[in-house]
Order: sequence, then structure tokens, then C-alpha cells
Amino acid sequence: MGAGQTAEEFRAELRAWLEENCPQEMRGGADAEDAICWGGKNWVFTCDAQKVWLERCAAKGYTVPTWPKDCGGAGLTRDQEKIFHQEMARIDARTPLQSFGIWMLGPALLHFGSQEQKEHYLPPIARGEVRWCQGYSEPGAGSDLANVQTKGEDKGDHWLVNGQKIWTSYADKADWIFALVRTDRDASKHLGISFLLIDMTDPGVETRPIRMISGISPFCETFFDDVKVPKHQIVGTENRGWDVAKYLLTHEREMISGGGQGLAGGRALGAVLAETMGEDGLIDATLRADAMRCEVDALAIGLTLERYKDQSEAGQGAGNASAMLKYMGTELNKQRHELLMSAGGSDALEWDGPLGNRAGDWLRTKANSIEGGTSEVMLSIVSRRVLGLPG
Amino acid sequence: MTKLVMTEEETMLGDMARGFLDGAAPVSAFRKLRDAGETHDAKLWKEMADMGWAGVLVPEDQGGSDMGFAAANVIAQELGKTLVVSPFLSTAVMAATALRQVGDARAKGALAKIASGDLTYALAIDEGIKHDPDATAMEAKADGNGFRLSGKKTFVVDGAMADRLLVLAKTAEGLTLFDIPADRAGITRDASNMIDARDAARITFEDVEATGEDVLGQVDSAMSVLKPALEAGQAALAAETAGLAAGAFGMTVDYLKERKQFGATIGSFQALQHRAAHLWCETEVTASAILNAGRLLDSDPDNATLAVSLAKARATSTAQLAVMEGVQMHGGIGMTDDFDMGFYMKRARVVAEWLGDYGYHAEKVAALRGF
Ligand SMILES: Cc1cc2nc3c(=O)[nH]c(=O)nc-3n(C[C@H](O)[C@H](O)[C@H](O)COP(=O)(O)OP(=O)(O)OC[C@H]3O[C@@H](n4cnc5c(N)ncnc54)[C@H](O)[C@@H]3O)c2cc1C
Repeated sequence: MGAGQTAEEFRAELRAWLEENCPQEMRGGADAEDAICWGGKNWVFTCDAQKVWLERCAAKGYTVPTWPKDCGGAGLTRDQEKIFHQEMARIDARTPLQSFGIWMLGPALLHFGSQEQKEHYLPPIARGEVRWCQGYSEPGAGSDLANVQTKGEDKGDHWLVNGQKIWTSYADKADWIFALVRTDRDASKHLGISFLLIDMTDPGVETRPIRMISGISPFCETFFDDVKVPKHQIVGTENRGWDVAKYLLTHEREMISGGGQGLAGGRALGAVLAETMGEDGLIDATLRADAMRCEVDALAIGLTLERYKDQSEAGQGAGNASAMLKYMGTELNKQRHELLMSAGGSDALEWDGPLGNRAGDWLRTKANSIEGGTSEVMLSIVSRRVLGLPG
Repeated sequence: MTKLVMTEEETMLGDMARGFLDGAAPVSAFRKLRDAGETHDAKLWKEMADMGWAGVLVPEDQGGSDMGFAAANVIAQELGKTLVVSPFLSTAVMAATALRQVGDARAKGALAKIASGDLTYALAIDEGIKHDPDATAMEAKADGNGFRLSGKKTFVVDGAMADRLLVLAKTAEGLTLFDIPADRAGITRDASNMIDARDAARITFEDVEATGEDVLGQVDSAMSVLKPALEAGQAALAAETAGLAAGAFGMTVDYLKERKQFGATIGSFQALQHRAAHLWCETEVTASAILNAGRLLDSDPDNATLAVSLAKARATSTAQLAVMEGVQMHGGIGMTDDFDMGFYMKRARVVAEWLGDYGYHAEKVAALRGF
């Protein structure tokens, strides 16, 4: 992709590349949990096509299209990114790779990391070689995240880390963890936290899976017992990890809001419902009315994500947009899945029944308004920072 | 590629409009009109025309400012914030858009007069309690070289004072749009006593004569002229509605910071904080839908239906929530006529119905999304 290429030239070139390089098996049907590659040393490719698709995209920088080229991306502009998503959607191509590294750590490193750190940590994320998990929450630090107690003692060239994290999604499958660790016990709670990068294979790191209501075990308890973390594995300044943590959360929230996963760009709810109930099935007036309302909201929330992206490209800060998007997107997603269950009737009540994992998906969405900060916490952020009401 | 971001010109237009309206048409001006039983402010409309607002969609050749639909939305939104009474929607947005589809000498003459503020229009479309142009029953019977119109129209916004009417009627093979003076023989206009204290009328047509000259566009194909006009109107009305919601919301947040109970400002109570925050989220999402509608009307007007209906549906539900919460969070004072919130509530109910309610537009969205 040459500089000075017009949008249409870029589109034509991309379209041709996608036609030639996206395997048929990687078009459509991304329903199963492992249909989209999460990468990492423990990843088992579901088929050759999944591996080929990842490798081809990674070579072009298309797993992280907007990241700079020296960080494993394709350096696309905002307009090119829009075209990229349109062309991917046109052939219903699966996302080649998804991960916390892409959604969360990457943006934080791009913002706070040293050049050395960016070049060291980002390309393996882009190639799907290293999978990251997020060590924020602890038993006593959920909504009150700054209350983390996992401690890091200064031992000269390293920190000695001890403590426990909980709800660590995919900790048992991840290669590395980014963790909030208290490195100054005397400072006030927001000012004594450091953002550390820890190798999950280090001695003293242990994970214990927790089973979720949807039947699977995606999250874990994570224990640190005298884990040595070299000093260079810190992002940002010592004891100022809260700034990094908050910045990362805005990206996490945007991702969870669903905007990033084609909530509006994806298939219309009505079409999905009709599929279940048959063409004339959508006659239940209540269901239809609720579905219409959801569709209206989904489209408008999708546009809002676009608007915020356009605004930030134009240098107009979008303020506390991520809290708003997260709240609206996740509450809507829960409603959508309620409707899908309702449309499925008794067929939706079986594990792996006629509708596949619909019940599991439905149950999983209940976490959307909890993970990454609860809906109540999002509303409090809006209330305080946007409306200026007393915190 | 169109961007969902306000351009510098749009921001300036909005700021300028706000500045002007805060001086010339604050809510207190509306209250004065209402108390005097008036539904039109001729001086204000003339000033708006001088600023190019009446001609916002009129080509420069006819003396308009031709700023486009997104700009019209910006103006409408500011009008909504302080409940400004004007024929902006029916005349400057809808009639101008309809006339522009035709563009013959007569239409050009009318456009020039709209731009200068010397001609107002009302759209006589609805006959039943809900907006439904396709269900038009009023007939225009062929009579010699012309037509005879007989029937009843209702909820004709600005219908009591408008100089001319755009009348939708059934002809032999379809629907036809007529552009006739409002005082033509056989027309009886009854001003409705509206809850929002605005001009709306029930209009009876008794054997009203119309010639071929009075037809706007082609006989039997009203929609090629009317559809773009209605969509422009629906988008601008959505913008006005969003402005109204913003106005009510602003008053409410101010009150949360001011009113004390239990020794604290009521805005320190989390139950109210979260409701106010939710409302803000709704207004943000609606703002995107409105900006998008303006962009599509300007860039791809033939394919703007989804965007327009989305904006109108979202604005309607957001404003209704804003005024309900507005009254509730003000407590007793919110229920008093002396306080402005009631004006917002009544206006929100009227704009919810005008040009299609939530269900009408949600159905359009659903149909276009393959339900
Ligand atoms: C599926 C899933 C995956 C997750 N993945 C990860 C992960 O990978 N890494 C990680 O670090 N964490 C993860 N989490 C943890 C998640 O971030 C926390 O669960 C969340 O922040 C809430 O904390 P909590 O569970 O302690 O609930 P609590 O904070 O105890 O909240 C309980 C209830 O009280 C409400 N509440 C709390 N404080 C207030 C207040 N001030 N005002 C009003 N209401 C309040 C909450 O909204 C909630 O309804 C995950 C959670 C889930 C469900």
C-alpha cells in the first residue's frame, strides 16, 4: 500500500488481496468459541485454514491494522481502517486474531511504553505468538480497583511479587500477564500501584480455573508466590501504574461495548430471530416490538462508536466516551440475548441443543455489564466526570 | 468519506444560532406568546430569514443560503433547546425541499419568497390520528382540465397561519401533491387548541378547485416530491427534538446541583446520579443518529430513509425520557405552570406524534433491516 494511494485504489488492492488470501473456511460461521484464533503458545488451531489465515494477515500487518508498521501493524489511517472493516465484512471474513494483547495491552504500550518495549512486546502480539491476560481484580478489589493488595517488594534489580488475583480471564491459557501491583504501601491508594509485565511460566505463578454459569471455565484465580519480576518489566513510571491502568480500561470498555465486534455492522437482530422462528414466526407482537427497539438502539450505538472515532481523529477528545459506550453497549447486548432466548423457546434450553450454544452465549453476556467495570460504576463515572455531580 | 463529526462551519453556525436565540427567543419569549394566545412571531421569523435560515435549503440563485440538510439540523436543534416558535420546519425545510424537487419557474419563485421570509407553507397530509401518508383518503376528482378537492386534514402544523398549503390527495392512479393558497374558496381552517400552544389546524376542503398548475410535480406521483420533503422534515424534527431533550436535561442537571434536601444537594444521591447519567448516555447515542441523518441527506439523499427514521425514533424516545425525568427530578415545582419544564413535556408529546411516531419509524428501520 503506497503512500499517496487514493481510497479507491486502496480498496481495490485490499479487495483483491482478500479474495486471494482469505481461505473459504475462514469466511462466515464464527459461532464456536474457538472459531477466532486467540493466539499464544497454547493455542490449538482448529484447522489449517485458521493458521494460514493468521499467518497471511500477520505478514501484512492486518491482525492489528492501525498499529504502526514497526510494531507489527499495517499503519492504516482511520479512513483506510473503515475500508478494511467494510471489505472484511463484504466477504464475511473472520477476524484473524483477537486477544487482550490487541485490545488492551497494545494500546497501553503504544501510549506509555518505551520504544524498546513496543518493539519487544508488540510484534509477538500481532503475530499471535504471545497471549496476554489481565491481572487487575482481586478478592478485595473489584469496583474499588485501586484497592489492590498484591504487593511488589523492591529487591534492587527486581520486584518480589506476592498476592492473589481473581477473575483473570484465560490466565490458564495465557503466556504473560499485565498486573497491577502495589509497590508503595505508604502512599495513598491510587499512588502506590505499578503496572508490571509478568511471565506466566515464572516460578511461583499458579492458576486455578473457576467454572462460570455458562458451563465453561474462562477465568481463573491467579497466585503469585515470591515471583521475581525484573525492573525493566514495568510500563510507565513506578507507582504511577494507575494512569496506565485507567487508560487501558478505556480501550477495554470500548471493546466490551460491542462496537468493536460489529454490533451494528453485524447481522440484524430481526434476521437472526426470523431464522429461529421461521419466516412467519416473528408474529409474537411483544418480541417483535422489543426486537425493533433493540435494532434501533444497536444501530445508533454503532454510529456513536464511529462518531467518537471520527472525533478523536479530528483531535476532538471524546471525554468519557468509553464509560458511556460500555454501559449502553453491554446493557443492549444483554437484552438482545434475552430476545434470542425467547425466540428460541424450548430449543434454546438445552446445552448443545438444536440452537448450538445459544444458552451458553446468553449466560456469558450477563458478565458484559460486570467485567471491565460494572454498569453502576460506568454511570458513576459519567455522573462525576461528565455531569459534574458530587462524587 | 463523510465524517460523523461536526465541521467547523457547523459548530460556528450552532454557536451563532444559540447566541442569537438566547437573546431573541429564550423560553420566556415562548411563554409570552403563549400567554398572549399567539402562535407566530413575525418579527422573529423575519430576523431568521435575514440570517439565511429561512433559505437554508434554497439555492443561492433564488436568494437562499443553501447550507444543506446537516446545517438545517443544526439550526433546528438550537430552536428546540429554547422551544422557539417558527415556521422553520414546515416552510424552510419541508416546503423548500419539495419545491426544490420540481424546480420550474413557479417553484423557483416560491423558493425565493421562502428565502426572504415572505411566504410560509403548511403540509396538509394527515387525516387520521397517526401519520400515514399512504393511507390518504381525501380525493381530488378530475374536473375538466383540473381537479376538485374534498375531504378533511388534521394536525396540519402551522396550518392556521400559513400562506399556502401542500395538500396530499388521491387521484385516479395514485397520490398527487397540490400547492394551493390557504385562502382559496372552499377551504375552512379551524385552529386546534394544542397542548404545546403552537399552530396546528384541522382543515376542511369542500369542492376546492385546483388546476394542473397547482400540481407540484407529476399527477399520481406525489411521493417523488413529498418523500424527500418528509424525510428532510423528519430529520430536522429529530434534531429539534434532540435540542428539546438537551434543554430539559440541562435544566435538570442544574437543579440537581442546586436543590438541597437532607442537608445535601439532591445531585449527591446516587439514585438520581445514575438516572441522570443514563439520560446523558441516551442523548449522546441519539446525537450520533441525528448527525448521521444529516450527512446522508446531504451525500446520498435517495438512500437516507434508514438514517432518518433511526434519528426520529431515537430522538422521540430520548426526549420523552428527558421530560419525564425532568419533571420527576424537580419534584412539585416541575408540575407548576410557572416553571418551564412542563412546556418541554408538552412539546415533546407533540413532536413525538408529528411526521411519524416511534413505532412508525422503528417499523421503517425494521423493514430496511430485513425484519
Ligand atoms: C466474565 C468475567 C471476566 C472477567 N475478567 C477479568 C480479567 O480478565 N481480569 C480482571 O482483572 N478482572 C476480570 N473480571 C473482574 C471484573 O472486572 C470485576 O468482577 C468487576 O470489576 C466487579 O468487581 P466485583 O466482582 O468485585 O464486584 P463488586 O465491586 O463487589 O460489585 C458488586 C455490586 O455492587 C455494585 N457496586 C460496587 N460499588 C458500587 C458503588 N460505588 N456504587 C454503586 N454500586 C456499586 C456493583 O456495580 C455490583 O453490582 C472479570 C469478571 C467477569 C464476570
